[in-house]
Amino acid sequence: MHEWSMAEAVIAAVIDEAEREGLDKVTEIMVRVGGLQQMENEVFEFALNELKGAYGGSILEDARIILEREDAVLRCRFCGNEWKFSGIRLCEDEYEAIHFCPEVSHAYIRCPSCKSPDFDLLTGRGVSIAWIKGVKGEEDGSESEHP
Amino acid sequence: MDPRVSILDRRLCEVRRIIAVTGGKGGVGKSLITAALGLNLSRLGFRVALLDLDLTSPSLHIILGADDIFPEEEKGIIPPEVAGVKLMSIIYFTARNPSPLRGPDISNATLELLANTIWGEVDFLMVDMPPGVGDVMMDIIRWMRGSEFLIVSNPSKLVLETVIKVIKLLTELDLPILGVIENMKRGERSSWEKLSGFGIPFLGELPYFEDLEDAIGDPEMLLSSGFGRRLGEIAAGLI
Ligand SMILES: Nc1ncnc2c1ncn2[C@@H]1O[C@H](COP(=O)(O)OP(=O)(O)O)[C@@H](O)[C@H]1O
Ligand SMILES: [Mg+2]
Ligand SMILES: [Zn+2]
Repeated sequence: MHEWSMAEAVIAAVIDEAEREGLDKVTEIMVRVGGLQQMENEVFEFALNELKGAYGGSILEDARIILEREDAVLRCRFCGNEWKFSGIRLCEDEYEAIHFCPEVSHAYIRCPSCKSPDFDLLTGRGVSIAWIKGVKGEEDGSESEHP
Repeated sequence: MDPRVSILDRRLCEVRRIIAVTGGKGGVGKSLITAALGLNLSRLGFRVALLDLDLTSPSLHIILGADDIFPEEEKGIIPPEVAGVKLMSIIYFTARNPSPLRGPDISNATLELLANTIWGEVDFLMVDMPPGVGDVMMDIIRWMRGSEFLIVSNPSKLVLETVIKVIKLLTELDLPILGVIENMKRGERSSWEKLSGFGIPFLGELPYFEDLEDAIGDPEMLLSSGFGRRLGEIAAGLI
């Protein structure tokens, strides 16, 4: 499922970032999940925890993963109207297509006020890593944030 | 931070060669050549996948006659097979609806497809591109490392200027150019005369085939057409 491939991407990105920052251990990972992509949070969280063990080795073994939902807000580029994805109704196939590729929302969603397909996604598109926390070296137990 | 970029190398690690088909303007034959090369390579025994990155006007599904197929989900998106080749296209998700995408949307959708498609073992991944040096060209360069570029030209002066820009850009960035195919050759006029000075290989020319339209949607007919057979010779030279 898409949840698994995205979880794999998150874990790979956290490992990259930990290496860049020279972290010995990652203690916390804050993952923001945009409403437009409609991830199944339970599956996603399960996948993240499974993959963290499979790929992360000792760097990620103690990392706590926090998921935060973010509402998808769209803004019409033609008339400026703003609306929430959660406030509109689509059919099941359309939701599924948008789950696979959020940009195809432009094929199914129109501005509720002027019917334009030309809208911007202000927030809540998909999966992003808000920040990770970790420790460098054994002697220094302090946590640092890495946005 | 966008996590998707970090997984791209792993997604493409079982793909042996990526051939991105670019060229001058629209209508020079990039899509038809991408499909016909891919079909020929698959008939030569290679594992072939096609990726349609002309997101607002995809064509490969029409050329392959791929109706009623949809990818499977299995820890990612598994592209379905048509006529012996795997096909990944945004058409599965937009259906036949117009899907107006601006630059950042194009990049986002491209990245989404690249980050989540599970190709498996593939010898040739053929990428069909929109014309010119826009978003998709830049995204292939940054996200599909190791791509080799195949340039489609034709004898028109209108095409030549853009083709030269493509060649100059790729050369400046030191990216591999497989060569130029001159399509729709009619009469004596040729763009190759003007391109030969760039030090890139000439892969061959294709005449204008009056009845090529009939083969669109029928992969076997495309392969056995004059166009398809000529591309079989060019494909053999790419191996
Ligand atoms: N050698 C050729 N002879 C005749 N028609 C061709 C030839 N090459 C391409 N075409 C036709 O030209 C049109 C544009 O081709 P297409 O592959 O869609 O170009 P592009 O992808 O570069 O926009 C199609 O209708 C195709 O059938
Ligand atoms: Mg095309
Ligand atoms: Zn509007």
